[in-house]
Amino acid sequence: MADRIGLPINPSEITPESVYLRRRTLLKGLALMPSLLAGCSDAVEPPAEAAAGDELPGTKLIFTHNSTFSSREVQTSSKDATHYNNYYEFGTDKADPAQNSSGFKPKPWSVEIAGKAGITGTFTLEDILKGHALEERIYRLRCVEAWSMVIPWVGIPLAAVLKRFQPASSARHVSFTTVARREQMPGLGYPVLDWPYREGLRIDEAMHPLTLLAVGIYGRELPAQNGAPLRLVVPWKYGYKSIKSIVRIEFVEQQPETSWNQSAPDEYGYYSNVNPAVSHPRWSQGSERRIAGDGFNLFGNRLQTLPFNGYADQVASLYAGMDLVRNH
Amino acid sequence: MARSFDRIAATKPVVFLLALVPMGWLAWKVSQNALGPDPVAQLEHNTGIWALRFLLATLAITPARKLTGWNALIRFRRMLGLFAFFYASVHLAVYLIVDLGGFWSQILVEIAKKPFVTVGFLAWLLMIPLAITSTRGMMRRLGRNWQRLHRLVYASGLFAALHFLWQVKYGETIAAIEPVIYAGIFAALMLARVPHRLIKRRTGTPAGSAPANTTRSQ
Repeated sequence: MADRIGLPINPSEITPESVYLRRRTLLKGLALMPSLLAGCSDAVEPPAEAAAGDELPGTKLIFTHNSTFSSREVQTSSKDATHYNNYYEFGTDKADPAQNSSGFKPKPWSVEIAGKAGITGTFTLEDILKGHALEERIYRLRCVEAWSMVIPWVGIPLAAVLKRFQPASSARHVSFTTVARREQMPGLGYPVLDWPYREGLRIDEAMHPLTLLAVGIYGRELPAQNGAPLRLVVPWKYGYKSIKSIVRIEFVEQQPETSWNQSAPDEYGYYSNVNPAVSHPRWSQGSERRIAGDGFNLFGNRLQTLPFNGYADQVASLYAGMDLVRNH
Repeated sequence: MARSFDRIAATKPVVFLLALVPMGWLAWKVSQNALGPDPVAQLEHNTGIWALRFLLATLAITPARKLTGWNALIRFRRMLGLFAFFYASVHLAVYLIVDLGGFWSQILVEIAKKPFVTVGFLAWLLMIPLAITSTRGMMRRLGRNWQRLHRLVYASGLFAALHFLWQVKYGETIAAIEPVIYAGIFAALMLARVPHRLIKRRTGTPAGSAPANTTRSQ
């Protein structure tokens, strides 16, 4: 699989800013060397920064590090990645999800598989994960609000899971639904979006090797605010496409309704591929503010946003011949 | 009268120092890395909101004088207005230098094409002539035109309130509450000026009679 799509991160696509960031990290890396070497002996060069997830409450996961699919940029600290979240079901402020999600119960969990597939029904999370080896992938996450992070996820390729349910050839899209528990998710009391949250991918996007079904972050189980216990990570699309706390997956023929597209179709398209050439009506998408490292540095955090969030080599072919401005 | 003069003069340095507290607090937070995961966004938000607060405080002086009859309040107006300009300038500097630093071409695009940036920039731009002509000498030199020129503050306030409102993400009802409150305060402060003018016109008071303001206390 890796041979077919090649290295996802070309050194040539690294911007001068990130070169600067890497240099900064190299110095820090000297101090962290032992832990880095212990974590990923297979890496050509060790990831920029040790994934310090030790303060996260989730159980430690067993996984292999997928260096082929991983960015080597400076990582976002686990504190920032778990305390700066857009998860409106827990509130619209970035600090709300961490604060308001302590009552959320990710166990037990089951997912309903429906629609155009050979096997449908309700399956426990354990059933869905059974037989799949977990792997870690460090992906860039680009929020539509023009900030970004670099996060080590733990999960399995979505394609491997979906194939087990034998999608029919008529299944052109996959529709995903987030859980909606009024008593555990205080944000649901506000009509911010048409709950439950729904997202969708074209079947080839869903089946793409980069598309990850994540269960962990920084080597541990996902905290509630990051979409416990099961979420999507689609690194070449804006963050809101990576739906959290999935309870339903449906194979469908038509392009499904998605929550943000429904609420403001001009601002949020169905595809939502990261595209510096297509501005949000109110701000440019040409660059982004990177949230990474120790946070002390106020300057030099702005980076050029890359087409498909830097994953163009892997995914641009999915959209060959498409007008990406109209199909934003 | 003389006693009240002393009291105001003595209070001014205190107000000045108080007006610097938000800036000092922000500087401290930056030095402690205590502004959260996205400190630049926090700096932008906090300097912006303090600019708006000082602008509204400046606009509140006239209605407050009318309401309380305490005319000495006007002697704080220039300082409050200049602090509005100060925080707005820091806000703009953080945006241009810290946030967009190096991405110069994007700056022009954002100011020209993004309405919420455009109105924010206009709000700051309109304050420049007001700050320049805020001295006693300029006041004397401009005469009646000074007051005319300084009506620009209404436009600046309107643009500042719009700037805050416009950046709320669609559907973020809760995030919209604060900007709506500030816009409401601005609207109330503007409305507080209207009846006075209407009454003045109706009773036929000569437009140029400056004391009309001061004699209408309570």
